[in-house]
Amino acid sequence: MSEDELKQLIIAAIQVVAPEIEESDIDPDEDLREECDIDSMDFLNFLAELKNNSGVNIPEADYSQVTTLTKMLKYMAERLS
Amino acid sequence: MDKYFYDITMPSLGADMTEGTLVEWLINIGDEVKKSDIVAVIETQKGAIDMEVHQEGTVSEILVQPVTKVPVGAVLARLKTNVEVVVEEADAGKDAASVKSESPAEYMENSKIGMAIPASAVSVVSSPVVRKIAQEQQLDLSNIKGSGPSGAILLRDIESALSVKSESVTPAEAMRAAIARAMEKSKKEIPHYYITLDINISHVQQWLQKENADKEPEQRMLLLAVLLKAVATTLIKYPQLNGYYLDGQYRPCKSINIGNAISLREGGLMVPAIHDVEQMSLTEIMDAIREISSRSRGGHLRSSELMDATITITSMGERGSDSVLGVIYPPQVAIIGFGKPRQMPQVRESDIVVCDVITTSLSADHRVSDGIVGAKFLNALSKKLQKPELL
Repeated sequence: MSEDELKQLIIAAIQVVAPEIEESDIDPDEDLREECDIDSMDFLNFLAELKNNSGVNIPEADYSQVTTLTKMLKYMAERLS
Repeated sequence: MDKYFYDITMPSLGADMTEGTLVEWLINIGDEVKKSDIVAVIETQKGAIDMEVHQEGTVSEILVQPVTKVPVGAVLARLKTNVEVVVEEADAGKDAASVKSESPAEYMENSKIGMAIPASAVSVVSSPVVRKIAQEQQLDLSNIKGSGPSGAILLRDIESALSVKSESVTPAEAMRAAIARAMEKSKKEIPHYYITLDINISHVQQWLQKENADKEPEQRMLLLAVLLKAVATTLIKYPQLNGYYLDGQYRPCKSINIGNAISLREGGLMVPAIHDVEQMSLTEIMDAIREISSRSRGGHLRSSELMDATITITSMGERGSDSVLGVIYPPQVAIIGFGKPRQMPQVRESDIVVCDVITTSLSADHRVSDGIVGAKFLNALSKKLQKPELL
């Protein structure tokens, strides 16, 4: 999967819980949850969506590694390669 | 033999609701319904709600056709039933003497003095084309005088109304106004007192971490579930905080139905209740939270969920402020506020240790309880949260 495809996959999963969010709304180096106004329940739903579409299950212990879009892309890319 | 009639009325889903729109019937004449069956979809300031029936019976009459906006208490349909109906949930015109005590739903209605029109006076007769146009143009037919037979509203009656129609109110504005009414009423009538306690939740956080370590996202537990369970089981011993203040008198409630303030993405908030939380397991509570938060946003809350909370919890989540002092939702008598969980130094036996702390507040009705009761409650809650594995 190319980096762009991966990014689209993440954005699509965000849009399941935050339909009004566009890629341009997200500063890739800011806190993803704040950028998208996602609460802890939305975050779980977002991770579930991501897991179902990519097969990558992000455990709770790794939350600190996926706080921004840039970090999440890196994390996912490592696990999908 | 069915010999009694029961009116299905437009329910009041909050101290702030004055009217609702019947969008769709899910029943037909002759259908048998049971208690808690969903019989209609109504559109309110709180979005689309699945309306439940509170009585068993057979549908004998359907008096209002969709799509029609009616005031709270208006009779929408009738059931034939074989039991005598003692308290009709949303009947504003009922003789007070025959009703043992005002229900929270009735309070919510009656508190809109001048808005609670006797049920018999409100069925708006209009032609289908009028209803269709009125819906499209968001025109309130209950304010229009009909010139047709028995006051039926005809096309010519709404033409003038349409020409003077002021700017329509958006759903977001309607919800803002609804919140404003409830909160204004609360602050005018309820003498609040406020107390707070920093509760150490290090054990809870460690326990959650362990519980969630190998779980899929769908099975993970949130801190909120643990907080709800701890609040509910602590409340059992504090009946002064769980109930309704009605007719100048406090009525404690046996079941602990916790309203959860859920903010909506498009602004505003909903406070759906989870029922009998004290009897649920943590997993059941987590499932219930997941369910109501998705339905709050998707628009399929049940009417009972918006009517019978006995206490409310507002939680700032992980991105909010350190503390929150809530405004009580009448006729309830308390609201518990959880701030953002955060790490703080605490002094323990002359040592400084870093702890996970959540600032917990209680706003309560001083007509019903005193600060000391509230303080004891918060301390009991803190104690309960030191042993999450026992919850």
